[in-house]
Amino acid sequence: MSISEEQVRNEVRAWLEENWSPNLDLVEWRLKLADSGWGMANWPAEWYGRDLPVSLVPAIDEEFNRIGALTIPKSGIRMLAAATILNHGSDMHKEKFLKRIITGEDVWCQLFSEPGSGSDLAGATTKAVMVGNKWVVNGQKVWTTSAHKAHWGLLLARTDMDETKHRGLSYFIIDMNQPGVETQPLMQMNGHASFNQVFLTDAEVLPDFQVGEMGDGWQVATTTLMHERRAADSLRSWGQASKGDGPIYDQERVETETTMQPYKWYPQRAGRVDLIMDRAKETGAINDPAIRQEIAKLMTLHKSAEWTARRARAAQEQGKPQGPEGSLGKLAASNVARTAAKVHTLISGADAMLTGEDSPMDGTIAEILVSFPASSIAGGTDEIQKNIISERVLNMPKETRFDADKPFKDIPRNTVS
Amino acid sequence: MKFSFSEEQEEFRSFLRRFLEEKSPTTEVRRLMATDAGWDKDQWQKINTELGLTAIAIPEEYGGQGFGLSEQCIVLEEMGRSLICAPYFSSAVLAANALLYGASEEYKKKYLPEIASGDLTASLAFTEESGTWDIPSMTMCANKNQGVYNLTGVKSFVLDGHMSDLIIVLAKVDDNSGSQRLSLFSVEGTAAGLEKKLLNSTDQTRKLAKLIFNEVEATCISTEEDVTDAMQKTFLKSCIGLSNEMVGGAERLREDTLEYVKMRMQFGRSIASFQVTKHKATDMLADVELAKSAAYYAAASFDDEESDIAATASIAKASASEAYMQTAINAVQMHGGIGFTWDNDTHLWFKRAKSSEVFLGTADFHRELMMQSWDQ
Repeated sequence: MSISEEQVRNEVRAWLEENWSPNLDLVEWRLKLADSGWGMANWPAEWYGRDLPVSLVPAIDEEFNRIGALTIPKSGIRMLAAATILNHGSDMHKEKFLKRIITGEDVWCQLFSEPGSGSDLAGATTKAVMVGNKWVVNGQKVWTTSAHKAHWGLLLARTDMDETKHRGLSYFIIDMNQPGVETQPLMQMNGHASFNQVFLTDAEVLPDFQVGEMGDGWQVATTTLMHERRAADSLRSWGQASKGDGPIYDQERVETETTMQPYKWYPQRAGRVDLIMDRAKETGAINDPAIRQEIAKLMTLHKSAEWTARRARAAQEQGKPQGPEGSLGKLAASNVARTAAKVHTLISGADAMLTGEDSPMDGTIAEILVSFPASSIAGGTDEIQKNIISERVLNMPKETRFDADKPFKDIPRNTVS
Repeated sequence: MKFSFSEEQEEFRSFLRRFLEEKSPTTEVRRLMATDAGWDKDQWQKINTELGLTAIAIPEEYGGQGFGLSEQCIVLEEMGRSLICAPYFSSAVLAANALLYGASEEYKKKYLPEIASGDLTASLAFTEESGTWDIPSMTMCANKNQGVYNLTGVKSFVLDGHMSDLIIVLAKVDDNSGSQRLSLFSVEGTAAGLEKKLLNSTDQTRKLAKLIFNEVEATCISTEEDVTDAMQKTFLKSCIGLSNEMVGGAERLREDTLEYVKMRMQFGRSIASFQVTKHKATDMLADVELAKSAAYYAAASFDDEESDIAATASIAKASASEAYMQTAINAVQMHGGIGFTWDNDTHLWFKRAKSSEVFLGTADFHRELMMQSWDQ
């Protein structure tokens, strides 16, 4: 029997009235949300949810927001972990991890990318070998957010070199606090270190901590990655901590700040189009006819990308099938970022050579100029993106594969990885 | 703002697309573009009577159907797609809007119903030999002699100006205070003293004329008020219309090119399997889809009377100018040698891309306009 939005709203409202208080401790409040199922209402009723359709979640969030009650942040690696565990995990995994994911007590990280496999994620060479009654893991992972603070890692590792590439992978949950796991910050070209490298040297995983069967690793990882794309979309809304007075708000603010710390330069990565007109006026570049043209080109690109996203959303709201406009956002965004960096350079002139406090806006402009290249790489390079669009949207022939059918050990790999 | 096509609009579009595919295949486009007239009166009247295309955006009180610019832009997009040779943009967009915004009630009532029914074709003569699209820069003056206006001077780049029944002319008049104001005049296409010279346009599907006025008697059809604002509105609305027409053509070129590369085999494989072709095809998709968004958004903004409409219209035109031309360049390149031949249809759209890139202002011109509207 389906339940109406009105009914759900009434139920939440009644429950909140009885339970919400800004004077609660953050973990205490989230425990209530876990036990009542109102924190992750679309989860199964037996696992801290209420079996409600995901389409009703916005209405529930609205009821929370209406009275300033805190919701569970629905993004971050720990939510990827939750989605993966709910889909593929054992009852033991659900029992052990889900509640502490909701409360935020456990920090999670994702150990997929390697120095030798970025776009080609399934080419992972980190190995897990059964020694005695444990998995022993050796290899190197990279681009791992929060690895140094993480309690648990989602690990993709090779368990069979004789199997084909995709079938030779398995998926594990690894305890990050053990001698075999060493994390090091990875310094980026813009001076930030938002990610880690993780060195796994005889790190151990108990057999119970495998997710899915042997050789299911790629399939399980696909679930995680699917949710990663959604989580990336909601990252922005998460960045804005709830407004309110009381200890619980302060606790959430601290948590949000810590979580958002690695992403501080993300607005600069996107090109900061919002600064362009003010900077042009302030520097007088607005009076240069050549620069005016470049600014207008950027704005044309920026606006038409924004309207394309709106068009895709409008079609989605009407229940139409996704047209090609829905797949172009990421490519358009990296084009905007690249163009914006160029225009910021034109506007800043000689100052574009400086960084830090010597550069305009206390280094913000300089940060744009050395951060934008990440846009066309992170989360799928422009080139991979174009392969995907040409094959899935334009129905052009798929790339010839040289690695699909043979044992992984026979596939050529980097001589230095 | 409503920013997605309704089911009725989509149905109208697909009906129109099928209809134009049938009535205006490229064989027909090639036949008509080679004639001086550029279109076939009987045939166009038949199409127009059946579909009421010229009436669509003219208000009901003036004999039209009273739809918005968004609906008219569906017509324009499909026309741009099919390259149909018809005096539509000149009559139903440029002239009709000049009348709607600039003419007095009397002349709206006189001309708009006839344009709506398709019985009257009209051209808007505003640009001159300098080729500028800037309304206040127009120089032609109307002289008043014993209560009768007459026009002397040259208007150029007048769309369908060689064939139209009626010419709407933008010219300056002396007002009583000793300064000048812009006014609208009407002149019969057959008026004495009017020399109509068909220009050799690269895009043969879009006929341009030079109109030489030698003391041509003209009727002032605007009120005592200066028509600069009315003409600016006509201009930006026409730019939005043209942008929609252009993205229709660009999309057709993109689709035809994709179909061609999928069919073409070289080196024992489909050339569509080369990654460089796949990436170029994706770039083309992005160019066209972004320009479409801008064109659709501009039309919807116009109908919703958004305040930023001048900048939005210029973004749409700049975006369409770049995207259509770039798509055309890629289309010829991806066809290879065959794409450079007269027999292959690619050049028909390539030339339309070129003429539309410039008509009503290049991308540079519109970028400057958009900067001016933001930097006030």
